[in-house]
Amino acid sequence: MQSLSSQLANGPSLFSAEGFVGLIFLITIAVIIIGAFMATTSRRLVRCVAGLAVSFTGVAGIYYFLMSPFVAMMQMLIYVGAVSILIAFAVMLAAPEDHTGSGSRTNVLASPLGAGMAAMVFAALSILGIKTQWQSFPRQGSGDIEQIGYVLLTSHSMVFEAISLVLLIAIIGALVLARKGRS
Amino acid sequence: MDTSIWEPIIYLVGIMAFAGLNAAYLGWCERKGAGHIQRRIGPKEVGWFGLLQPLADGIKLMSKQLLVPQGVDGILFRAAPILAMVPAITSMVAIPFSETIQARSIDLSVLLIFALASIGMMAVLIGGWASGNKYAIISATRSVSQNIAYEIPMLVTVITIVMLSGSMNLEEIAMKQEGGFWNWNIFPVAGESIAQAIIMPISFIIFFICSVAETNRAPFDMAEAESELIAGFMTEYGSMGFGLFMMGEYLNIVVGACLTTILFLGGWYGPFGFTSSVFWFLLKIYILIATFIWIRWTFPRTQIYKLLNLSWKILIPFSLAILLLTAVFLKVEGFLI
Repeated sequence: MQSLSSQLANGPSLFSAEGFVGLIFLITIAVIIIGAFMATTSRRLVRCVAGLAVSFTGVAGIYYFLMSPFVAMMQMLIYVGAVSILIAFAVMLAAPEDHTGSGSRTNVLASPLGAGMAAMVFAALSILGIKTQWQSFPRQGSGDIEQIGYVLLTSHSMVFEAISLVLLIAIIGALVLARKGRS
Repeated sequence: MDTSIWEPIIYLVGIMAFAGLNAAYLGWCERKGAGHIQRRIGPKEVGWFGLLQPLADGIKLMSKQLLVPQGVDGILFRAAPILAMVPAITSMVAIPFSETIQARSIDLSVLLIFALASIGMMAVLIGGWASGNKYAIISATRSVSQNIAYEIPMLVTVITIVMLSGSMNLEEIAMKQEGGFWNWNIFPVAGESIAQAIIMPISFIIFFICSVAETNRAPFDMAEAESELIAGFMTEYGSMGFGLFMMGEYLNIVVGACLTTILFLGGWYGPFGFTSSVFWFLLKIYILIATFIWIRWTFPRTQIYKLLNLSWKILIPFSLAILLLTAVFLKVEGFLI
């Protein structure tokens, strides 16, 4: 296992193809992290949603990077195009005008404790990621839609069925919630 | 693969020029069209037939101060017009203008265009909210609920086409329609089943209505209903911020017309089968755009409830039925002729 600094020194140069791809990877990661920070630190809810959308876009970049453009596009279409817009929609319809006020913290210890917990989880995950002996699997399929469709209806049909069950539950839940308001 | 560095540069410049020219001159076309439909002349002072009007407008917009009113959300307010404009230009990368003129042939170009369109929706939402103006927020929520409602029948119709063509690549979808108009997806008489040819025009009408609604054009321009909402989500924008929103709108119309042409009207193939060139493609998209303008100045604005009912109660059931029928026609050979 090389150390990070030696990797940086002996790795491909920035102007080679691999170096450029690596740079794009790092930019994608940066987009995810910046988006996540925007989403968690801002006190204006709509800014949080915008941060979430930025983060989702970064995740789509990672999917593209992992050579499954279909999943990347779907990520954009569903998460950026539908999920964050629905969240923003709910926020705009429900929240009062002023999101900027300094809400009263109930406990002084809340933010240091929260930060400490988050740091511990982060450290644990990092250690896990670095120490584990990862086994590399050969690439499965080319990631195009034809193959995804074939696999979803043959070897992974259970997933397909489970998703339809989740959607059914969501529809029933929405109907129940919407029904309640009516007399 | 040997691609010279010049190819991407030429495409970049070409697409930017095409986009800029369209964004500028469609405004002129619209004002002229509106004028003549309403028995006026339209712009006529600047240049012959007012042809230099877009340039004058551009100079005016760019020389104005970029005003950020008090109480708006600074970052989001500035980001929204850019977000409205950039995805529209970006999606032109995936559009094949002819057999040879295409910046990048992407396997999932249909999906790419819809994914980028969803960012445009985000821009309206962010712009409306960041303005901190009640009218703008009402307009943004209206626009988004409208876009979500109309995206569903539009995507279902696209799935129908994808099933017929067996590809999500716009280039391949267009190539499947080679030959005369009897091969086009709008009326595929030469296809396997006549029944398919009967339902496809309905599919085309659904797609066209949806693209009018998706671009927030009258009669579906609930987002900027002037008489009720001032100018909707654009109320607080002046100078080039407003200009970018307008350019985004016109570019979305161009992209919508390109998509309709490729999906239904045979792309770059001539109507009688022996010619194919970028000329036919441009002719078709400009006829469609003229139809957009004609519709806008002919029909009065509808109500938001009627608009949503149209989508959820008519367009979605019809498009789903067409999808189902197409699947049956594809799988059951000799079904109904």
